[in-house]
Amino acid sequence: MNQQDVNLKITDRDGVLHEIVAPTDMAMNLMEVVRSYELAPEGTIGICGGMAMCASCQCYVLSETELPEKQDDEEAMLSEAFYVKDNSRLGCQIQITPEMEGLEVELAPES
Amino acid sequence: MIKTDILIIGAGPTGLFAVFEAGLLKLKCHLIDALPQPGGQCSEIYPKKPIYDIPGFPEILADDLTQNLLEQCKQFEPGFTLGERAETIDKQEDGTFIVTTNKGTKHHAPIVAIAGGLGSFEPRKPLIHNINFFEDKGVEYFIKNPEKYRNKRVVISGGGDSALDWSIFLADIASEVTLIHRRNEFRGALDSVEKVQELKNSGKINLITPAEVTSIVGDRHVKAVVVTQAEHIEREFEIECDHFIPLFGLSPKLGPIANWGLEIEKNAIKVNNALDYQTNIPGIFAIGDINTYPGKLKLILCGFHEATLMCQAAYQILNPGKKYVLKYTTVSGIDGFDGSRKEAPKAVVKAIE
Repeated sequence: MNQQDVNLKITDRDGVLHEIVAPTDMAMNLMEVVRSYELAPEGTIGICGGMAMCASCQCYVLSETELPEKQDDEEAMLSEAFYVKDNSRLGCQIQITPEMEGLEVELAPES
Repeated sequence: MIKTDILIIGAGPTGLFAVFEAGLLKLKCHLIDALPQPGGQCSEIYPKKPIYDIPGFPEILADDLTQNLLEQCKQFEPGFTLGERAETIDKQEDGTFIVTTNKGTKHHAPIVAIAGGLGSFEPRKPLIHNINFFEDKGVEYFIKNPEKYRNKRVVISGGGDSALDWSIFLADIASEVTLIHRRNEFRGALDSVEKVQELKNSGKINLITPAEVTSIVGDRHVKAVVVTQAEHIEREFEIECDHFIPLFGLSPKLGPIANWGLEIEKNAIKVNNALDYQTNIPGIFAIGDINTYPGKLKLILCGFHEATLMCQAAYQILNPGKKYVLKYTTVSGIDGFDGSRKEAPKAVVKAIE
């Protein structure tokens, strides 16, 4: 594990918990981390490519980790998405930074 | 029966560019797309977003790219079957294919090129327990013929461009338009939002926010929707209506293509990238985002390249044994199927006195 790496816990759509290590120096967002570890089938996550325009990367934040505030486009997309809860976020809008150490999320169902 | 040389499934950028490349080889194309307009993701998901990695275009809006591709291939007169999804494929004894859509339109071609992106776009259905029962009984996810709503009471839900634009459009046609959204804020072009505000103020659109349709009432046809409003105290009430139109965008699904006997890996079709992007079924190619091979990149520019090589391979299949010499468009010009000709102006040779 590199110094820049952070530990994340991601529960996939089948309820399986994955403890993974993600780099903070590659400008990756949470959706891309999920895709690179293939935690959800290709074509079911990150459909719009990360423009906050499809909500296929919606996840529920389970830990108290401090995350950047939602921007307007993320807020707007979540207001049209399904299965939305108070702790819903779009993975594509969460950049992986050292502050994310210990972040725990669960992927929302496919819709 | 529609007959063509190359039947392209998917009218996104890769499919449209294939029309151009095929045309240079004098091959005619017809395209099928589940969306009512060409452009694929570029027109459906992000028409107003810029793309920065189209060679030769430092920046181009997705919608403009679609328009340019249509302009570039128009002299090759592509045919379109839009708003229909390719459902089945039947290989004929002579090796050609018949592709039938969900509406029963039949297409006959010796070559099929699947340029289906992430699959065909299906409406995202809200989580209402009895919504399936009312489909085509007052619940519609697309507006195909606005006249259907003349003098009817319509409820639209959603918070994006299509919900706003259709509410505005139907305000003049329907007897009553109600727009329901989970938030007070809408995401759409500023003038659409302002127009809805105007129509709300003048009483032509009944706006209910923040609220959600949670159930549908009716026997054989929609009679009303149950709305749950969550501001301050939660309350539920019914709105009588003839139609309920949920507009929550579309999401792509691989769909029936998955059952065509093609080799599929991670929701994509495996192709031979060393040669021609053909699938495991000879005569069926897969190009653009829908295919996969070692090192695959889902980029529009890669789709263009794949489309070009696919057309060459198609030419060889259709003209066996014929020698083909690559010609540059600058040298040979372009002869359209419509009789038009484009060519480089001849150099001026003139003495300087």
